[in-house]
Amino acid sequence: MKEREKFVRPYGDTPDDGIIQISFTIPLPLPFSREVAKRVIKEMGLFEENIVYEKDIYSDFSFFIIYAKFNKSIDISKIKINEEEIKIPDFFEIEKIIEEKIGKKIKIIACTLGSDAHTVGLDAIINAKGYNGDNGLERYKGFEILNLGAQVPHEYLIKKIEEFKPNVVLISQTVTQKNIHLKNLTLLTEMLEAENLRDKILLICGGYKITPELAHELGYDMGFGANTYPSQVAFYIVNEIIKRNLINKWS
Amino acid sequence: MKKGVLNLDEKRIIYAKSLGKKIADDIFNEIKPYTTKSIERAILRILGVNGINSKGIPYVNSIIDKIHKKNLLSKGIIYLISNTLLKFNFESIQKLIEDIDEDKIDITKIEFSDKEEIKKIAKKLIKDGISKIINKKREREDLISKYPLGDKPYLYVIVATGNIYEDGRQVKSAAYLGADMIAIIRSTAQSLLDYVPYGLTTEGYGGTYATQENFNYIRKILDEVSKDIKKYVKLVNYSSGLCMPEISTLASIERLDLMVNDALYGILFRNLNPLRTMIDQKFSRFILHLGGIPIVTGEDNLIKTVDSKEYYYTVIVSQIINEQLAKNSGMNEKEIGLGHAFELDPNLTSGFLYEIAQAQLVRELFPNSPIKYMPPTRYKTGNIFLSHIMDTLFNIVANLTDQEIQLLGMLTEALHTPFVHDRYLSIENAKYIKNNLKSLSDEFYIKNDGIIRKRATEVFEKAVEKLEEISSIGIFKALEKGYFSDTKRPENEGRGFDGVIKKDSDYLEFYDLINEEKL
Repeated sequence: MKEREKFVRPYGDTPDDGIIQISFTIPLPLPFSREVAKRVIKEMGLFEENIVYEKDIYSDFSFFIIYAKFNKSIDISKIKINEEEIKIPDFFEIEKIIEEKIGKKIKIIACTLGSDAHTVGLDAIINAKGYNGDNGLERYKGFEILNLGAQVPHEYLIKKIEEFKPNVVLISQTVTQKNIHLKNLTLLTEMLEAENLRDKILLICGGYKITPELAHELGYDMGFGANTYPSQVAFYIVNEIIKRNLINKWS
Repeated sequence: MKKGVLNLDEKRIIYAKSLGKKIADDIFNEIKPYTTKSIERAILRILGVNGINSKGIPYVNSIIDKIHKKNLLSKGIIYLISNTLLKFNFESIQKLIEDIDEDKIDITKIEFSDKEEIKKIAKKLIKDGISKIINKKREREDLISKYPLGDKPYLYVIVATGNIYEDGRQVKSAAYLGADMIAIIRSTAQSLLDYVPYGLTTEGYGGTYATQENFNYIRKILDEVSKDIKKYVKLVNYSSGLCMPEISTLASIERLDLMVNDALYGILFRNLNPLRTMIDQKFSRFILHLGGIPIVTGEDNLIKTVDSKEYYYTVIVSQIINEQLAKNSGMNEKEIGLGHAFELDPNLTSGFLYEIAQAQLVRELFPNSPIKYMPPTRYKTGNIFLSHIMDTLFNIVANLTDQEIQLLGMLTEALHTPFVHDRYLSIENAKYIKNNLKSLSDEFYIKNDGIIRKRATEVFEKAVEKLEEISSIGIFKALEKGYFSDTKRPENEGRGFDGVIKKDSDYLEFYDLINEEKL
């Protein structure tokens, strides 16, 4: 790599011009807000700011469109990236994978466990409408879903698992006061193991405070936290079902 | 465009609507024997009951659940309350309710008086409650005559911060920028709550809870702005989900101006029990009609999750049924804002022509209705610049085909609830198109053998075919078979089924109590 190319800046129309376009709102009226906007740009480490547009958008808000220069350079020789960045396929691609590689419907039981009455997370992932334009799991033809809703007792869930024979069990926990979610989740893994059901299913939990690490610690295969999209969950399920050959575990 | 430019066959339209009428009549026959917990709670709210008990439970929930446990809800709450008032004196209904809540009185144990005597009291109670709603309707009419509405299409935007005080600031900004109608989006999945939260709320997910106090807070802010800019700005909310009748009641009491109301949406996308929500919807529409509040329906959702090219006809099917359902609830065409959307794949060649065809078709099928036109969402990405252009095409079609309520698209649709300046850019775009295209629709005709007319006719005929099928099997079977949005919903499943109650012979029909009294 030549020395010149080792350092990079944003590009407008000339190499190294460092031009960046930014727009934002300051919750103050003009002209005072203009001075605030300029300082925001400076604090960002940008120079020669050019406020190309400013507008009073009422209720003491001012909107700005600004161009400014970034005059540092980024040393790209120090950057390591994971070349195999995982791209979540879209709804149609996931449907196709289920059809071609699994060939039958993946059965899923979903619920909010124990005392927790919140279905916000569960609904965003399961309901057909989904979240922010990303289709919910119900929308997938390749999934057969039994949604038990909120406040499901552990014993009832176990009974339903034995009846419905799911490949996947999805547990949502929103309330985390006094770590109630940890107790709820742990009790389930213990019960599944006692009933010899654990190895028949992919066990997933989700909620604002859930991380993959926490999930593993509690005996779950995976955990999804805030800002999870249904397609992420769908893609994980499909991959794991294939990898672990879970589709025929009940027969 | 001029009415009738699509040159549709009038007889076919009349036929299609007769199919819709049959479907709606069948639904009404099926739901007639039932009431729901939410309807009974709404009746308490009409009587003026408000507030929460010491456990934080709304009084209306606490009371209705108590009576339901004793299996006496089949008589209807108004019957039980009126019977109680024949025997005991209370300074107010609210006081009576608080006493029931605290188990100071058990109204299920009071001996029943003569039904006619009970009915007399019931009529008076309902009349007092409804007169408050009628007054709000008159208040709105007065304000609109003083501060007239803007020009059509009405620019409609949403605010969704989760915090009612922040909503207030953003509502003000939107109104001054030129919005004609503003909705506060509800918190995610509020439709699944079987109670209406209480108070001014500051924590919502993806939106702000619909509460009576929140309604009141925002309407007051809009009244101030309306007075200042001499244009009445309308406030919109969502009368859907398990509390449809209660929310409709609160909207009427707090003078909201337009309500999104559609049972089909709840059934398909929120897995609400079909029977429950159809019963609730009938009551809701009746109340909204009394309060002079038009509805807008949610057919746009039918093509947000499936391909609009293939499934747009389901929008027409649902609109035709919805129109008749609303008419059966006492609404007139001017109160029925049927919904649809601009949702074709942007890569579709000549897609713009199809969008014109579909929008004009809706306009011509329902010439008197305040049609609600929704912007593209399904194919939007983080490319906010392309997104802004998609919204521009949508704005053009809205003006060209004389849509009435134009929900403005946001350039950040795929990313987050609108930022305050996203809304500004969106309103600016819409105003630019509206002003520049003024009168274009009057000058525009459609080629008789062209792509647009062909598409409109195809969609309409497909819809008629589906209506024929549905009218022969009934809507509940059609839902069970997955006729809409590829989603199957059996009649006795889904949320809220346990809140459906069979009425007994003592039940006093709310509709009769009002009609007989002639307000």
